[in-house]
Amino acid sequence: MSVLELTPQDWTAILLSLRIAFVATVVALPFGIAIAMLLARKDFWGKSLLDALVHLPLVLPPVVTGYLLLVTLGRNAPVGAFLADHFGIVFAFRWTGAVISCGVMAFPLMVRAIRLSIEAIDRRLEDAAATLGANRIWSFATVTLPLALPGIIAGAMLAFARALGEFGATITFVSNIPGETQTISAAIYTLTQVPGGDAAAFQLVIVAVIISIAALIASEWFARRATARLHGA
Amino acid sequence: MLTVEVEKQLGEFFLQAAFDVAGGVTALFGPSGAGKTAIINMIAGLTRPDRGRIVLDGEMLFDDEAGIDVAAWRRRIGCVFQEGRLFPHLSVRHNLDYGRWMSGHAADPDAFGHVVTLLDIGHLLDRRPGKLSGGERQRVAIGRALLMRPRLLLLDEPLASLDAARKGDILPYLERLRDEARVPMIYVSHDAGEVRRLATRVVMLDGGRVTATGGVELLDAARADMHA
Repeated sequence: MSVLELTPQDWTAILLSLRIAFVATVVALPFGIAIAMLLARKDFWGKSLLDALVHLPLVLPPVVTGYLLLVTLGRNAPVGAFLADHFGIVFAFRWTGAVISCGVMAFPLMVRAIRLSIEAIDRRLEDAAATLGANRIWSFATVTLPLALPGIIAGAMLAFARALGEFGATITFVSNIPGETQTISAAIYTLTQVPGGDAAAFQLVIVAVIISIAALIASEWFARRATARLHGA
Repeated sequence: MLTVEVEKQLGEFFLQAAFDVAGGVTALFGPSGAGKTAIINMIAGLTRPDRGRIVLDGEMLFDDEAGIDVAAWRRRIGCVFQEGRLFPHLSVRHNLDYGRWMSGHAADPDAFGHVVTLLDIGHLLDRRPGKLSGGERQRVAIGRALLMRPRLLLLDEPLASLDAARKGDILPYLERLRDEARVPMIYVSHDAGEVRRLATRVVMLDGGRVTATGGVELLDAARADMHA
């Protein structure tokens, strides 16, 4: 027996996991940058509340986060019913729902990394940009954003890895439907619940380890490249 | 022509300064803590005065009574800061071009070439600021401010972070700048030697107040005071 013998169902779960994690990261990124910018730079009423809210998925049991998503975005929940009736958007038991739960769970890690990199930027460089004629938007696009890039990449990679491993919130919110919401984690869980499923589960465990390590190496590489570019290699 | 009449409470320190600046190089001279940098930041639009007016060539940049406060990026006042503040992620060439990009002007190779020659930075164009010496960095910072075609150039202790030898290297460039570029300049310094070499007019500051304005001979009077 070769080391990896993946069934079509395994492949479905793997590709679905990658797709969900990727889409969740891409969708969360603009929000992550905006919230990180807000928390790093602005003082406003309710700032600590927003900070706490962003970090909530990190400290809540994932099942609780999933349940809260279910009672707000579920088919019969107020927001979920509204979206379904007016826009035909349904999250419950769909892969898009898994994108939401994975994005929410990964969000705190993403915001943290980006916020730290924004706070490390010398704001006097933005003053210099202003004296050279850059308004706020240009100064953000040409100075703040490029200087925060290593942190943004690190945050995105962390979020991707977190989204890939998400289990509790996702299974609670969108269940465990093969081909629709069954990610690698959920598939492993299912296999361990049936007699004799251990060997098949182990195959997926190996895949999960490989993907995670690859994501980690890629994130290191990207961040190092971005930092080197920044400081003029 | 620049008119400055500003007041600002900075913690325990109360700044209240009024002076005019015409062409040439006006030195803001005084000990550290006299409020020189605070004034420069107000002229540039980076700090808001509590009260007063700032008028440049007839344009009101700040007037608390009329509620006017033109944003820094609209003022077209060039700044050279003590630490240079070059953008670390851009090459020297792109740092120099930054002001032109932001104003949307087309490339002007003549002006670019002139400034590069004036400051002798042609061999640095493809480097990143991180690879420059302190003196090179300040020359690039001066070039960057010049190339945005400022109506007024503010130099805030541009030599303070350099050792004596490097200062001696840069002073001639500043003298050329004064003699060749037709931009009025405000030069902040606490070094009487620099001021004597560069300035055409001196505004003396101490404790947040203007104590005297006049020619460079003021420096001799100040020294006589100190020794009296």
